[in-house]
Amino acid sequence: MSVQTTYDKGELRIALNGEIDHHSAKTAMNEISDAIDQKLPRNCVLDLMGVNFTDSSGIAVLLRTQKKIHELDGEFSVENVRAQPSKVFKAANVGIMVAIKEYK
Amino acid sequence: MMKAENYIKIEFPSLSVNESFARNAAAVFAAQLDPTLDEIGDIKTAVSEAVTNCIVHAYPNEIGNIQLRCRLFGKNTLEIVVRDWGVGIEDVEKAMEPLFTTGGDERSGMGFSMMEGFTDSLKVRSVPGKGTTVTMKKRISSRARR
Ligand SMILES: Nc1ncnc2c1ncn2[C@@H]1O[C@H](COP(=O)(O)OP(=O)(O)OP(=O)(O)O)[C@@H](O)[C@H]1O
Ligand SMILES: [Mg+2]
Repeated sequence: MSVQTTYDKGELRIALNGEIDHHSAKTAMNEISDAIDQKLPRNCVLDLMGVNFTDSSGIAVLLRTQKKIHELDGEFSVENVRAQPSKVFKAANVGIMVAIKEYK
Repeated sequence: MMKAENYIKIEFPSLSVNESFARNAAAVFAAQLDPTLDEIGDIKTAVSEAVTNCIVHAYPNEIGNIQLRCRLFGKNTLEIVVRDWGVGIEDVEKAMEPLFTTGGDERSGMGFSMMEGFTDSLKVRSVPGKGTTVTMKKRISSRARR
């Protein structure tokens, strides 16, 4: 699992690559937190283009990232969600809490 | 001669790095049933949830053994068994309710719901102080009917 961040004009883009599970989510979440604390973005996009698998641990990553961004009064959204992660997020009804765009 | 049904049995310590190994081993074993990508995703999700539960809940303060068994069941069904010898569950019915968790902030209480939703049957047997066995069955659609 790798975490890549880019920052431009108040927008922090966080791109995850690999499989999200309880093991990988821990380090990913630390890196995400550090990036947010450093940049204090107004807008944050989590790009899941490179994520082909998540279990329920990915749900916690979305919710905790959103919580951090909302504490800064920022906007949060998730983009490029592929089929398997989308199925997991839908099963847990994450869409009612987080703005999610699927990969087309 | 005895009819040999194919199976695998793998035992590994409850280290979180093995979560990915376990779900991918199950997926590779399932490949002989020619599953769709969607079905492979379901199998990986269910195994990941079950194995993570052993690592997080069954052995909270120690490293213990986890056993993963996969077996072909009939022509088109995969049986998956995940077993631990950890703390066990007092009230299985309650533990299986959506959103129920003893894991606090870190966990969402969705594991059993995922296992149930992504397979065709889920059975949980547990004895407090002795351990937990999770048995799941997943039917793989035959190629002809796709
Ligand atoms: N193998 C196990 N050994 C002991 N307790 C378990 C085991 N599996 C599950 N439990 C208990 O059942 C509860 C519900 O499990 P479930 O997987 O549904 O949610 P969770 O693990 O708490 O959260 P999530 O899976 O969303 O991260 C757990 O909080 C734990 O108390
Ligand atoms: Mg769980």
